[in-house]
Amino acid sequence: MRIFKTRAARAITAAVAVGLIATGCASERDSDNESGGKKDTFVFAGAGDPGSLDPALASDGETFRVTRQAFEALLEHESGGTKLVGGLAETWSSNDAGTVWTFNLRKGVKFHDGEAFNAAAVCANYDHWFNWKGTYQSSAVSYYWQTIMGGFAKNEDPETPEANYKSCTAKDENTAVIEVKQPSANLPGGFSLNALAIHSPKAIKEYEKQEATAKGDAITYPKYSQEAGTVAGTGPYKIVKWNKGNKEVTLERFDDYWGEKAKIKNLVFRTIDTEEGRRQALQAGDIDGYDLVAPADVKTLENEGYVVPTRGVFNLFYVGMSQSANPALKKKEVRQAIAQAIDKENLVKTQLPEGGKVADQFMPDTIAGYSKNVTKYPYDPAASKALLKKAGAQNLTIEFCYPTEVTRPYMPAPQDLFELMKADLEKAGIKVRPKAMKWAPDYLDATEAGSCALHMLGWTGDFNDGYNFIGTWFAGFDKQWGFKDKKVFDAVNAGSKMGKAEERTAAYQKANEVIMDYLPGVPISSSPPAIAFGKNVNPPNVSPLTQEVFAEASFK
Amino acid sequence: MLRLVVRRLLQLIPTLLGLSVLLFLWLDRLPGGPASAILGERATEAEVARINRALGLDQPIYVQYWRFLKRIFQGDLGTSVQTGQPVTDEFFLRFPATVELSLLAMLIAVAIGIPLGYLAARKRGGWLDVGAVSGSLVGICIPVFFLGLILKEVLAVKLGLFPSYGRLDTGINATDVTGFAVLDGVLTGEFDASWNAIHHLILPAVTLASIPLAVIVRMTRASVLEVQDEDYVRTAQAKGLKQSVVRGRHVLRNALLPVITSVGLLTGSLLSGAVLTESVFSFNGIGNFIKTSIDGRDYPVLVGFIMFIAMVYVLINLLVDVAYSIIDPRVRVH
Repeated sequence: MRIFKTRAARAITAAVAVGLIATGCASERDSDNESGGKKDTFVFAGAGDPGSLDPALASDGETFRVTRQAFEALLEHESGGTKLVGGLAETWSSNDAGTVWTFNLRKGVKFHDGEAFNAAAVCANYDHWFNWKGTYQSSAVSYYWQTIMGGFAKNEDPETPEANYKSCTAKDENTAVIEVKQPSANLPGGFSLNALAIHSPKAIKEYEKQEATAKGDAITYPKYSQEAGTVAGTGPYKIVKWNKGNKEVTLERFDDYWGEKAKIKNLVFRTIDTEEGRRQALQAGDIDGYDLVAPADVKTLENEGYVVPTRGVFNLFYVGMSQSANPALKKKEVRQAIAQAIDKENLVKTQLPEGGKVADQFMPDTIAGYSKNVTKYPYDPAASKALLKKAGAQNLTIEFCYPTEVTRPYMPAPQDLFELMKADLEKAGIKVRPKAMKWAPDYLDATEAGSCALHMLGWTGDFNDGYNFIGTWFAGFDKQWGFKDKKVFDAVNAGSKMGKAEERTAAYQKANEVIMDYLPGVPISSSPPAIAFGKNVNPPNVSPLTQEVFAEASFK
Repeated sequence: MLRLVVRRLLQLIPTLLGLSVLLFLWLDRLPGGPASAILGERATEAEVARINRALGLDQPIYVQYWRFLKRIFQGDLGTSVQTGQPVTDEFFLRFPATVELSLLAMLIAVAIGIPLGYLAARKRGGWLDVGAVSGSLVGICIPVFFLGLILKEVLAVKLGLFPSYGRLDTGINATDVTGFAVLDGVLTGEFDASWNAIHHLILPAVTLASIPLAVIVRMTRASVLEVQDEDYVRTAQAKGLKQSVVRGRHVLRNALLPVITSVGLLTGSLLSGAVLTESVFSFNGIGNFIKTSIDGRDYPVLVGFIMFIAMVYVLINLLVDVAYSIIDPRVRVH
């Protein structure tokens, strides 16, 4: 009995010790990062690691989320909106042809390394990108430069697009003039991309000493882009540490910032790969906010008192049809039957977060170029059946691919969306052969190769220009869709070479009408990807482009 | 002993070569490549072709394999497609995390499993035995990721006793010396960082320990039950040796032989268990990186990491054999 008591006492002591240790650490954690009783570190969790600290080398949202806080472009989008406003340029203008762009630069701006911002700095950046050589010319490295400005001073691969960039001139200390060869739908929107944000010329000189190499089976990014210390922008935060082992990037308030200073001293981005992991970390108080909230979690979090602001919509989710994968899709009646079989309202109501909208064309209604006059295909299973009969396709069997293990901003729960659409199609008498595939690369490869008759995909816009949406899909033959229609291609490309934004808007409206008349696929919805913050957070203005500026955030 | 070690190390060469061939054949059969994983929705046929050409992925598989072998002999495992950094750097960035996690998990499994198995055998049929046997059955059956999610939800999210993810809290002042967060804290005198790292390790380690703990309990129990009926144990008891000597020297020592072998094998298998555990706790070890590398078709990382793990596995087994021969000298004779 005595032995038992002694053992029991030991066990209880051990349990108490473990408990004390755990609670001790918990309380230690609670008091972390506080100075004078107020938290001075904001921790935000993303779904993936950034790839580089130099945004010019990136094309992914997780990198830009970090670099956007430290680097600014000539133009920016208004806080919480999609309208272009001055960034490092206070005002801007172009000639009528849209080939000469003049930027009146902001005065009194400093880079994080103490260098002064001026027109020469702008030109140093554009000339640096234009003169990239070797591996920097790979589209895996310089995707956005090539998308906006074409190729380089000396293209090394015949497949690289011809350069559209011509020159940058520092007309005076505060006036930079950028010339391009041809007018482009990507301008002026492209000037707002974080990939074309302005770096300190001193930092650029350091960058130029380092090579990106394509050795072995992959590209090795230059060292300066993988550790804090060299990169220097003008943003409200400066990058001070990238701890890859702990998957966190630490930024610190830049006290010489030209605009309103950041409200919180330290900003930390951490990576938590899974949706439930991010939610649990917020609920446990380990982080102050996270992105890509599962729609099913939105209500729960709101009910628990977390701040879940609604973003504006800036994406498009669609059902793609590959005419080469199933020849029955060459008939418009069949495509129309599929469009009218899908109950989009129901999908938006049951599967998408608050703020989701039904789409009737291949761009959201927040984009200049959206047309109110497109042909509409309302949900009507009876009409769908009749169309199939007319086309002689009453016994249509169609393969429908959908991705697994993925959440996209426009497509939060692919499998659930697929199941609903499958049921809709079957209601109209269409037999569906489901094909589940891993998102990357299997699914992406299959859709890109046009081997899925029906598939689900989408797009989040980079900036407010319609070509960024319709030009992505319908500027020419694309295996994903498997059709050639000159009328569609011409209509889409008509706007792309117009210098004036207003002219382009009219051209895009017309293009949308032509596209929806042809009906290459079914636009389903536009929806805001949900973002959540802690109960004690005044969040930044949330952006339809997912371009939040965390300098605006504060603690209550 | 030395011959055993040398022989086993030489066996590593054909093992790794064979494994590398199998890996390349497997990767060649996988659909898709890294280019579309890099570009996502932005992937077009032309862009994918350009990237594949730049990376040499348009070459036949035997050409890629030959290039890989040449690099290996130059001590270069290639570059990660995902991060653009050398595979060896990526490995050594994450390997310490997984080693810390696996060691703590094994420590928990051994420290609890062997005494519990031993006591269960001694109290055969009693409540401790029934509890240990049924508890170990649950430990083997319950999926690791499910256990991890439950522990996290209750102990981290609801009770706030442990952190819910990662290796260290944000803002902890930790100097990186060896990559082993616990050890670094001790070496640099940053004991709060060491403690913080241990605090982060506890939930994933308990999760990861669940299967080896269950196996060790059952194996120790069965082994002790078998050994305690052996003639030499009865002889020892008949000689009038103290019970503690009989139990320690004759029962436990002999009963532990199969347990040690299984501990070695289980340590190797912890590396694969770490894939799920690290994913649940967003723990930046090699398991989590392998998962993202499969998603991103990061061939250089997959080949490099899997070969590293195979090497570690072989070395652990070598250590087990050495330990076995120390505990049981008959092994050396044979």
